[in-house]
Amino acid sequence: MNHSRWLLLAAFLSLAGSWFGFVLTPQAQLGRLQPANLLGEPTLYPHARPGLARQGLEVYRANGCAECHTQQVRQSGTVCDVLLSAQGTNQAAVLSAVVQLKPGWSRPEARQWLSTLPRPLLEGLNPAAAAVAVKALNAAGAQAAVAIRPVGPEIARGWGKRRNVARDFLFDSPAALGSQRIGPDLADVGARQPDARWHLRHLYAPGLEVGGSAMPPYRFLFEQRRIVWRPSPDALTLPPGLAPPRGYEVVPKPEAAALAAYLLSLRTDAPLFEAPLSVAAARPEATSTNAPPTNSPAKSNSPSR
Amino acid sequence: MKPTAIPESAAASLAGPETATSEIDVSCRAPLVVFFLSAAGWLLIASGLALICSIQFHSPDFLAGLAWLSYGRAHPAASSAFLYGFCLQSGLGVSLWLLARLGRTRLDYSWLATVGAMSWNLGVAVGVWGILTGDRTGFEALDLPGYATPMVFLGWVLAGIQGALTFHRRRQQTLYVSQWFLLAALFWFAWIYATAQLLLVSFPGRGVAPSVIAWWYAQNLQVVWLWLAGLGAVFYFVPKLSGRPLQNRGLALCAFWFIVVFGGWGGIPHSAPVPAWLPALSTVGSVFSAVALLAVGLSLWKTARQGSRPAAAPEGRALPEAAPATPASAGSLPALSGRGQISEAWPGAAAPGAPEGLPLRFVLFGALAFLIGGGGRVLGSLPPISSVTDLTWFGPAMYQLNAYGFFAMVIFGAVYWIMPRLLGLDFPWAGLGRAHFWLASAGIVLLAAPLAIAGVLEGLKLRGPENAFMEVVKAALPALRVSTLGELFMALGHAAFLANLASLAARFYRLRAVSTFRSWTLDPYKPAEAKP
Repeated sequence: MNHSRWLLLAAFLSLAGSWFGFVLTPQAQLGRLQPANLLGEPTLYPHARPGLARQGLEVYRANGCAECHTQQVRQSGTVCDVLLSAQGTNQAAVLSAVVQLKPGWSRPEARQWLSTLPRPLLEGLNPAAAAVAVKALNAAGAQAAVAIRPVGPEIARGWGKRRNVARDFLFDSPAALGSQRIGPDLADVGARQPDARWHLRHLYAPGLEVGGSAMPPYRFLFEQRRIVWRPSPDALTLPPGLAPPRGYEVVPKPEAAALAAYLLSLRTDAPLFEAPLSVAAARPEATSTNAPPTNSPAKSNSPSR
Repeated sequence: MKPTAIPESAAASLAGPETATSEIDVSCRAPLVVFFLSAAGWLLIASGLALICSIQFHSPDFLAGLAWLSYGRAHPAASSAFLYGFCLQSGLGVSLWLLARLGRTRLDYSWLATVGAMSWNLGVAVGVWGILTGDRTGFEALDLPGYATPMVFLGWVLAGIQGALTFHRRRQQTLYVSQWFLLAALFWFAWIYATAQLLLVSFPGRGVAPSVIAWWYAQNLQVVWLWLAGLGAVFYFVPKLSGRPLQNRGLALCAFWFIVVFGGWGGIPHSAPVPAWLPALSTVGSVFSAVALLAVGLSLWKTARQGSRPAAAPEGRALPEAAPATPASAGSLPALSGRGQISEAWPGAAAPGAPEGLPLRFVLFGALAFLIGGGGRVLGSLPPISSVTDLTWFGPAMYQLNAYGFFAMVIFGAVYWIMPRLLGLDFPWAGLGRAHFWLASAGIVLLAAPLAIAGVLEGLKLRGPENAFMEVVKAALPALRVSTLGELFMALGHAAFLANLASLAARFYRLRAVSTFRSWTLDPYKPAEAKP
């Protein structure tokens, strides 16, 4: 019996199956993705990256930064906080509502707590419990709101404010998702390190900015040149061991400037329907572990509500 | 539960007189020597680059001034050279030989495959050079830049046509299981490569849709293709070299079906920023492909358990072309190609000093790595485990175990068996082959085991946000040092492999050149040379 025709047909059909499932359908679903409004705001997200940052993505791709750095922040779930922003006029009612919600508190403790608002009153609730609490507080005349907060080890590490979703990469071609974390995740590095000079020094000599860094230096993205007339404002300030000889300076090549611009454009903090997040709830993370002490607190580019 | 055997009636269906195995081997000679020698060359290049990359983990300043040897370029260049230069190329060579041998037909028009091999090698060379100069596409497993594609694809198509023609002209109507695997593999790569090139490189989309296609491609290449081509060789060489019929055809075909139907549905990690159904479906596909692992394991286990039978077993022959396979070059039957018991693969059982069973040893190691690496891959796709192991060293460790521990080792065994038969000569340095086996197997164990352990530990530590990232990175350094040693062993083994193959080919062509020269000089009055 000659099986060869059946064999070819079967191989064709099996491959067509996974082709349909993992090529055609995602192409139809994800290829049609469009910018959408931020959660609760008529602001479109995402924007195409600025021109220099787009060139930076090319540098990122060409030099294989994604071999060691992912852009895939994960979260284990979301919790709801109850944020109390103002007491309102009926302080006694608010006080009793707060004491009801916080059974461990005495009235003087609660009054003390209420003196410095806005603060999150309850943390880590499920949506239903949070809605009940907010309803009780609002009924007492206070201004309370539910704040959605993604949680998970990577969020706690300060790698992002929420998980990454397909829409974050809408204008990237190719999206530099990476597959392995030999270095930290970079999905939100622009918020973690908003200083371009930090990135340039880090690229030139990673050990300068992060002690014990395993990242190879990218000195070929910089040039050492003779200072003519006066030093360039872009020149790196380097410690004695690395500084160029007198009369010379180290300046970033256009590739390095583009790469730094791309890194600054990487942020994962926009509240989206598919990855909700209340911006007010995103407190500066003091526990950010992979950032140097000079790390400035994360600023959000999204308007707070 | 019959052992797979060719019914006696099949012998009657032969379309013509038997083609002698030696004649088949001679017809394969030109393309296969090109395939195997250049594959060995690419392997050495790949392992040299991989060694540089590995050193850069613990001394980041190593070669830091050279843009083209920076980790982000050298690493994709190494993996592309390994995948395209070695795996696909040598797999193609072995497939062509097996299709010819199993079909009992000559490899006619072998210049097609030879031209294909040259085009393929040119494409890979241009592509690897492109990656080193910064032109990589940015998709893992598809890093060769777009301008290398036409040559690579042309190479595959030419050699694939050759394979299909050989299959079509086979004199043995009944198919042996290896033919299923190899034919599917030929067809598979053409489809996935064309799809990936068109949708990722020629007309790239934006966003993560291309990334999903890239994952699909990587899964189909690094898992399905390697499994199809590798198992095709395993199902041929294990019965052949151990002298037992394959137990049994049903299990082997079960493995085939589970691989082709479910193998392609996999490879999308749970961390991926894509709709949740994609990683979920991917897990389902991976779990189903575990059935293929079980079937292969059971089949090889049963083959090994049965008593050794002589080639003339009552049911018939273990392989369509088996018969006491003594090529015309039987006078110098290669010493490196033992036949016999499974235990004869190991020294001690064989006569001391004689490297009996080296090919079988490689193939058995590969089969074991297939089971371990495949099992690790299935486990790593389950959500509770993947939340720890995703994005850590565990993934590369399983990849190496599958691509090198399984596929490359099986191919080494096949090449050590095929090359002496192609050229009718024995390997000049038998010890070099044994050294290659020990270096390669020690290398892959030292590479994969520490990285897998380091990956799991890394994933567990990263779950605690209180563990500083730098500390976690530092904790993986001892494992990386051991893996550098593994890379070094593998590179040395590859040097031995290349030296062995090159010296064999050089000896063959020197002998031929000498005999040609003699025939010319001894007969100066040949009519062909008489000028008008």
